Amino acid sequence: MKIGFTLNGSPVEWSGAPLTRLAAALRDGLGLTGTKIGCDAGDCGACTVSLDGRQVCSCLVPMGQVEGRRVETVEGLAARDGTLAALQKSFLAHGAAQCGICTPGMLMAAGDLLARSPQPSRAQVEDALGGVLCRCTGYTKIVDAVIAAAAPPAEIVAGSGEAVGARLARLDGVRKITGADLFGADAIPADALWIRVVRSPHARARFALGDLGPLKARLAAVLTAADIPFNGYGIYPDTKDQPVLADGQVRYKGEAIVALVGDRAAVLAIRDQDVPIVWEPEEPVAGIDAARAADAPLVQADKPHNLLLDGGVRRGDATAAFAGCAAVAEGAFETAFVEHAYIEPEAGWAQRIGDRIEIHATTQTPYMDRDEIASVMRLEPGAVRIVPTACGGGFGGKLDLSVQPLIAVAAWQLGRPVALVYTRPESMAASTKRHPARVTAKFGCDEKGKLVACDVTATFDTGAYASWGPTVANRVPVHATGPYFVPNVRTWGEAFFTNAPPAGAFRGFGVPQAAIAHEAMMDELADKLGIDRLEFRHRNALRAGDKTATGQTLEHSAGLAQCLDALRPHWRKAQEEIATFNATPGPKRRGVGVGCMWYGIGNTSMSNPSRMRVGLAADGTLTLYNGALDIGQGSNTIMTQIAADALGLPVAQFVLVTGDTDLTLDAGKTSASRQTFVSGRAAEAAGRDLRQRILRLANAGADAQLSLEGRTVTVRDGAEVHRLDLAKVGPLFGEGTFDPPTTPLDADGQGIPYATYAFAAQMAVVEVDTELGTVKVLRIVAAHDVGKAINPTLVEGQIEGGIAQGLGLALMEEYLPGRTENLHDYLIPTIGDVPEIECLLIEDREPLGPSGAKGVGEPGLVPTAPAILGAVHHATGVRARRVPLLPHRLREALVDLGKGAKP
Amino acid sequence: MGDYLRPARLEEALEALARPCTVLAGGTDFFPARVGHAIDENILDISNIGALRGISRKGDGWRLGATVTWSELAAADLPPLFDGLKQAAREVGGRQIQNAGTLAGNLCNASPAADGVPPLLALDAEVELASCGGQRRLALSQFITGNRRTALAPGELLVAIHVPGTARETRSAFVKLGARRYLVISIVMAAATLEIADGRVAAARIAVGACSAVAQRLPLLEAALVGAPVDARLADRIEPVQLAPLAPIDDVRASSGYRRDAALVLLRRLLTEVVP
Repeated sequence: MKIGFTLNGSPVEWSGAPLTRLAAALRDGLGLTGTKIGCDAGDCGACTVSLDGRQVCSCLVPMGQVEGRRVETVEGLAARDGTLAALQKSFLAHGAAQCGICTPGMLMAAGDLLARSPQPSRAQVEDALGGVLCRCTGYTKIVDAVIAAAAPPAEIVAGSGEAVGARLARLDGVRKITGADLFGADAIPADALWIRVVRSPHARARFALGDLGPLKARLAAVLTAADIPFNGYGIYPDTKDQPVLADGQVRYKGEAIVALVGDRAAVLAIRDQDVPIVWEPEEPVAGIDAARAADAPLVQADKPHNLLLDGGVRRGDATAAFAGCAAVAEGAFETAFVEHAYIEPEAGWAQRIGDRIEIHATTQTPYMDRDEIASVMRLEPGAVRIVPTACGGGFGGKLDLSVQPLIAVAAWQLGRPVALVYTRPESMAASTKRHPARVTAKFGCDEKGKLVACDVTATFDTGAYASWGPTVANRVPVHATGPYFVPNVRTWGEAFFTNAPPAGAFRGFGVPQAAIAHEAMMDELADKLGIDRLEFRHRNALRAGDKTATGQTLEHSAGLAQCLDALRPHWRKAQEEIATFNATPGPKRRGVGVGCMWYGIGNTSMSNPSRMRVGLAADGTLTLYNGALDIGQGSNTIMTQIAADALGLPVAQFVLVTGDTDLTLDAGKTSASRQTFVSGRAAEAAGRDLRQRILRLANAGADAQLSLEGRTVTVRDGAEVHRLDLAKVGPLFGEGTFDPPTTPLDADGQGIPYATYAFAAQMAVVEVDTELGTVKVLRIVAAHDVGKAINPTLVEGQIEGGIAQGLGLALMEEYLPGRTENLHDYLIPTIGDVPEIECLLIEDREPLGPSGAKGVGEPGLVPTAPAILGAVHHATGVRARRVPLLPHRLREALVDLGKGAKP
Repeated sequence: MGDYLRPARLEEALEALARPCTVLAGGTDFFPARVGHAIDENILDISNIGALRGISRKGDGWRLGATVTWSELAAADLPPLFDGLKQAAREVGGRQIQNAGTLAGNLCNASPAADGVPPLLALDAEVELASCGGQRRLALSQFITGNRRTALAPGELLVAIHVPGTARETRSAFVKLGARRYLVISIVMAAATLEIADGRVAAARIAVGACSAVAQRLPLLEAALVGAPVDARLADRIEPVQLAPLAPIDDVRASSGYRRDAALVLLRRLLTEVVP
């Protein structure tokens, strides 16, 4: 059918099936990939466009209904000459785009509002943008940007030496607010074949494949386990336990079994029931208790007791020390599977080029992908090229392989480009999750409120495969004391296999689960001794010079006490306001809570080096070859700010080459809050290295000023001016490496697991509806010791986004395999759920970091749930033992306490 | 691939219904049920039929055409009788869903958690069903027969929703409980319409949704309200026994016991809100 309509002001004619979704027509037929697809079900709003001046989800509009109508997309916002619209400028200046996958939808929804209400209130903005989910920003900067759209702030420009500490707009920001950034599904070649994966409907079963001949006759290929050269992958060399395609046995619902490869329409037309599979379902091992039962069937035959691993930290004599404590608190806490819910589902394509395979996919870790694909395909790592696309959110979930091995194997076999884009239900069923945890904690203190002993055991459901389970089980015992000085410690972490989705890496690697426990204990001990909850934490805060549970002396940069000092006035004011509010009886009760955290930056006791390169070409092009992948957190901008100041040239003169394993050096994974600290330090070294080379060529002193015009570098050293012609002296390169100094942990967990730690304290004010058990978070104040904020806007963005995820963890997020595999049954916070957030940046300099900086990616999330849950307790007396604290769970607890009389 | 028909005239649409096909209007329930699948059924798209559009006066009442969207309803100039339905319109999904989704589609989809059903039950709405053989009107309470089941016969199309007018001063309201602010499926919702004479309730219609396979009116509560002064004490007339028609279930959103309690709380708040 031919459909004529007006697209961004111009008449267009489109041909295709009338039931084609408008989103698909825009992206595939009309080449406008600025409109993103996050769910194809109207649940996320990423595909929002304007239809006759009203915002709609373009995934819900059939092309048959578009005839004669007016469609506006993100590509139509800027003027034809590229001049940005005021709304776009405001997004850029406020840092309202992080990964950028929801940004086009946000802009179109905001545009609809601003056309009617040019100066909207916060409430109007929330109502208008309520249908677009963002998983990165916490919405705060989006709201600010829309409210200020009528008069956007001017862009900040930093000259030589002024970049570090400046609120520069993201360097990739224009791409994100114009829809030009290319994500995993955005640049798939037109001639690519497509894969549809057939997945297990059972959590545990044996199966046999029938005759695939008829299917093979209709398709380009039907891949099974036998097609995978080495059918096992995993994070560690000794945990290659996850098959690319299951071989006769499945261990979780959603596991891949068969890959159908062919024309897109052909593979989509084949239903699961058309694939001959004979199933023998078995009783799944569900949950920690089932996995530990004496007669439990094994999830993996070679893993006795279903145990992945265990280990802990021991210091002093906790058992003996408890006996002398003035107060002891104990509790057990449970958390659920949590889904990353990045708005960009896994996507990518691969092509074979001679004897090499090239993979264009969304990822957090190009070099690990390269090595893992080489292992799966039995190729040399040099035969694999990873070209990361823009990444529409990761949060740890894109550290594991997803589409990569199947597209690589298929493209290798068939000699044609092959693409795979997960649907939302597929993404949710197949991908890793946050580990469900059961944390039992016991803390004791003396009569003055100084902590004396702690004993914490964290037991994790690691799902069907190891993934990042070892990392979680190792990291948690180190952090389980909380950010406090405790002389007598016993902590233990253990992870068990079950027939559930593999639990992997998710922002915090188990520490958020443990923090719920240790922060509840701090509240209880403070209450028992009648000490203010904030002051109790202040009294026990780890400070520079203190020894941690692993015996590491914190030499520098332990700013928790400063964070609590910064919170104190807000805390006192909130308590006064709440006392006034609660003085009037009613079903709504308010409370305030505080949560603290510490977080080791980088890998636990393992080398995790980054290498960076800065190049100055003969034609004067200044390039940062940056392998530190920007998944929305801002490392493209941060690395450049650091390198620019180290070199002594302005950020604006840099060109970025990012992530491509053929063009950049290995800067490790975007994980463990490590990029600013580790790769940033390498970028600083690279910038300095290039500067040294230039100064040597000019025979100039260390304080000389550099400038770059065309192919000439001018070096001003006092009164002397040297001019270097790059055509003659170039190209020049500077290189830098940094690997944070750590030592292995011994049998008692003693050693130096991390070179530095981030610290934070957050305060949450909540209002509990005691009749309904609902919790509204009214305000959050977040104080974070970041060492040095390289770009305060981006740092705040990380904190605000982490808070939104922490709020979800506390109040609404619970992934149930088979039941919540979409974004309307699995709830993440909307723009109306995240309160106003105030960030207080504490800069207790870390000498190892670039300009003193540490990491902030994960720390934003860790203290939020404890602060909210503490506030609920303050408001109602209910201590949440199980999160998420869904309305019916809180209501039940209130009734049990006698505080929620039966209606 | 199936056929796609998007007629301009109702007669054409009704003729097309002679063979099995899926009716498509706003697409907000249609497409989410088809994620990752090729669509191969026959489709009748009713979005281009003039006779199904708009809101109009019809005798003493109003006629809402089958393709009226939530946003059109929310923006329409209507008396306080419709306040509850308008509140519901702003609680369905997000603005994108409200701009595309239709009230009639919400009824035909017949989800137990359909936000449109309680307020329309409280308005004593009827649906107009047409087929080649003629037309009939059914009370909404008779139209939705179960979870995702309706009385729509083969060949029939829901062409309009009829809301009767009231001779007396009338007030209405809607409240919804979900686990987040926007884009949320209701845990419980409730709607009320009160007709008022001489400061007292002359007639009351109360309905609760997401607490049974089909949203339910609460006749005992309605009877208990008649004659009561319309003031802050109205909510005192609520008794748990009046909720007997409800049969809430346990699901991922809440437990049945919680739903029952929450329905009581919501009804109290509803009756407090509806009082001037």
